[in-house]
Amino acid sequence: MTLNQSDKIQDITSGGFDSEVTAARKNFGKLMTGLVVACVGIAILPLGSILFMLLKNGLSRLFLNFPSVFTELPPPPLVEGGGFSNAIMGTIITCTIGALLSVPFGVLTAIYTVEFGRGNKLSQFVRFCTNVLSGVPSIIAGLFAYGIVVLTMGNFSAIAGGVALSVLMMPIIIRTAEEGLKSIPSEVRQGLVGIGATNFQGVTSVILPATLPFIATGVTLALARAAGETAPLLFTALFSQFQARSLSEPIATLSVLIYNFAIAPYANQNSLAWAAALIIVVLIMFVSILARTLTARKIY
Amino acid sequence: MTNPSTRPAAPQATQSEDIVLRTENVSVYYGAFEAVRNVYLDIPKNKVVAFIGPSGCGKSTLLRCYNRLNDLIPSARVTGKIAYQNNDLYDPKVDPVEVRRRIGMVFQRPNPFPKSIYENIAFGARVNGYKGDMDELVERSLRSAALWDETKDKLKQSGLALSGGQQQRLCIARTIAIEPEVILMDEPCSALDPISTLRVEDLMHELKQRFTIIIVTHNMQQASRVADYTGFFNAEAAEGGSRFGYLVEYEKTESVFNAPREKSTQDYVSGRFG
Amino acid sequence: MTSQTIAKSETLIESSQKFNPVRLVDQIFYWLTVATALGVGFILLWIAWSLLSIAFPAIVKFNIGFLFSTSWNPVNDAFGALPQIAGTIISAIIALLFAVPLGVGVAVFLSENFLPTKVQTPLGLLVELLAAVPSVVYGMWGIFVFVPFILPFLQGIHRVFGWIPLFSTPPSTRQMFTTAMVLAIMILPTIIAISRDSLLSVAPELRQGAYGLGATRWETLTRVLVPSALSGIIGSVMLALGRALGETMAAAMLIGNANRINISLFAPASTISAMIANQFGEASGLQKSALFYQALILMVMTLIVNMLAEVIVNRFQQVE
Ligand SMILES: Nc1ncnc2c1ncn2[C@@H]1O[C@H](COP(=O)(O)OP(=O)(O)OP(=O)(O)O)[C@@H](O)[C@H]1O
Ligand SMILES: [Mg+2]
Repeated sequence: MTLNQSDKIQDITSGGFDSEVTAARKNFGKLMTGLVVACVGIAILPLGSILFMLLKNGLSRLFLNFPSVFTELPPPPLVEGGGFSNAIMGTIITCTIGALLSVPFGVLTAIYTVEFGRGNKLSQFVRFCTNVLSGVPSIIAGLFAYGIVVLTMGNFSAIAGGVALSVLMMPIIIRTAEEGLKSIPSEVRQGLVGIGATNFQGVTSVILPATLPFIATGVTLALARAAGETAPLLFTALFSQFQARSLSEPIATLSVLIYNFAIAPYANQNSLAWAAALIIVVLIMFVSILARTLTARKIY
Repeated sequence: MTNPSTRPAAPQATQSEDIVLRTENVSVYYGAFEAVRNVYLDIPKNKVVAFIGPSGCGKSTLLRCYNRLNDLIPSARVTGKIAYQNNDLYDPKVDPVEVRRRIGMVFQRPNPFPKSIYENIAFGARVNGYKGDMDELVERSLRSAALWDETKDKLKQSGLALSGGQQQRLCIARTIAIEPEVILMDEPCSALDPISTLRVEDLMHELKQRFTIIIVTHNMQQASRVADYTGFFNAEAAEGGSRFGYLVEYEKTESVFNAPREKSTQDYVSGRFG
Repeated sequence: MTSQTIAKSETLIESSQKFNPVRLVDQIFYWLTVATALGVGFILLWIAWSLLSIAFPAIVKFNIGFLFSTSWNPVNDAFGALPQIAGTIISAIIALLFAVPLGVGVAVFLSENFLPTKVQTPLGLLVELLAAVPSVVYGMWGIFVFVPFILPFLQGIHRVFGWIPLFSTPPSTRQMFTTAMVLAIMILPTIIAISRDSLLSVAPELRQGAYGLGATRWETLTRVLVPSALSGIIGSVMLALGRALGETMAAAMLIGNANRINISLFAPASTISAMIANQFGEASGLQKSALFYQALILMVMTLIVNMLAEVIVNRFQQVE
């Protein structure tokens, strides 16, 4: 590779003895710059369009008899008004279940790979598995939760949805927690050993607290991902027109509501889908910014 | 040159003393590399012992054997015997955590925990099962480390916000608070300015009333000022070409500096080394 | 004074042998972390096993022929995956054809100082935001905004180039081509982010060296920077490919779910994940098994692509 690069440099010299940049070379540069700027323009266009449409369609529905989207239940077809209070609750519930399952698991795993088994076979294996896991298509996480929860419990449920989401959150949590643990200087670990602290004491009272900003970042990033996921919830949490009364029954979520209502042939449903999409995107943006400020608070 | 591996145990200057740590024929390996070879050395109670010698001769390596810190380096292996109060430190029945509670360590770079000054000290004490008055212990430890006056108004501040010299004294205070028998110090003053260095040295004189101290230092004056005994280490090329460290001589500090037995010691302490 | 605070009258061995709850907790904690670390591998196996066990009847019945059969008939239990496999691969590849040049172009733009940092940082943020928008929102945007907007252009293409088989059917509202374009927009951030990182990580000496030899900015870029960042860029493309293959919502909402292979890109088609999303609700028995069989195929496809990506990206990190 390195050899290759020096070849390239020689290429340039052998062709470039002219003392000034020729017109051809200048034009090449202009052309390329133009192309790249065009790329940026084309790339920004869809994003701009999405944001604009979200604001336009979402806001107008949001403020149509204002708090109703937050307080009312989804309307049946051809009925005006309504909202998705149950879906907001459902998204919060399924994401919370996902976090409750994936955070302790992910953080403990990261503690193993960084604190106990740094660089050993098992850590390498975990690293490999984490990478594979982060590439698992989200719909497969849904099928997995269907297989292990829905089939065993006998019905669709918030719990099954949470299990599916936790599979997708896990790699994010493991990675950020690992990153955080690695940022703690090894001198601190030596100091802990030097005063006779056990690993448990050192990790729980000194190292984890110092890692907290990273873990919080990981959790928020994972939540941001989970809140938008639809495919894993389609056959796990399913959907419900009503407010959920227990964790073991089907539950509505914002993302599934967007899917169902966007493909429904009713204008009212469509506009509710836009409002839900706006809420979800704003939520995710907010959470991502939160993650950023959390990382900025890191100690080392 | 005498071959150190066949050299008989050097006559111990410490015979008449109360011995805390006995080092018998200790060698340390990192993988196949022998870092320290065949060290015999006794540490007397309530004394300061200095390890001096050129860089890479295994002073830190040997020091880390005394609190089993080498356990953390997967490739490290210790042979021979280190006895602490008649218990073999490396006895499989011994829990290394217990060793470290009795033999504390202060490191080259100050490493306070990312916690408040108060918690830096209280944490170690709590970990070691201290049940008494914590405020009193924190104050006593900070006073012992000559840090109380500077920090008494900001005990809730982060330990990381202190200056390097203050951080190092905080680390000493943290070690004192767990009341170890022995304190190991690996170049504790190398990151400090001359004033802080002097304060730490003063501290050592007071501390040896209560503790036994082993200090690694590159500063000859420091060794002669603080140490009762001094061990001089050197490195020598082994058969395969790699260099191993060994103990050249271990005597009362005055004799090491004024009447060394070995030529290499003479050269080193007079600065004509290499 | 010494032992008045912390009792150390016992010998080392005594206190090491004595029962100590702290030591027990430490042991339990260690083994707990080992268990969770192993658990990550276990979860992967569990996923594979749960797919396999439900897919098993279909695997036994259709065997490898499943991959090459185009039938999907719940009434007489004849199932195949060829249209979905083809649709998955074709949509992902078309998406890459659009997204790679665009993404590398944007990455070059963001890695060079064409613009002051004041403009560049928000641009980078914008890219990240693009990555955070959920795919179901892209799908909805596709239905209500993108497809209605692009359809007239596609009709124009069909009128002029209709003799080319790829454009031979009148563009339908749900079809392969628009799906692939929405997929392209979705994978753009992945390509931009990783390509940009690998461009930025090219050793500064190389960059300065090239400039020092009198190369213009673009000669430096095309002959030095892009070639040496190539494996990173290819890695990003592979990761993006993995995403495109597994993407469900946009495809389920836009592709039309037609269980046939059509040479024309303007015709409805199907992908594995869209098929699962659409059929799962009503499926039972062997049909459900067949869907899980398809999921298994998808899993293997993404696994291969992601592993290739990892190998390539790792090589890039070593060179760096
Ligand atoms: N973790 C390790 N792994 C492998 N070799 C090591 C390790 N630590 C030290 N060594 C080697 O052991 C030898 C002794 O190192 P040590 O750190 O004990 O020297 P030292 O006398 O403390 O030197 P200095 O005065 O520079 O601190 C050196 O050759 C060093 O390279
Ligand atoms: Mg050293």
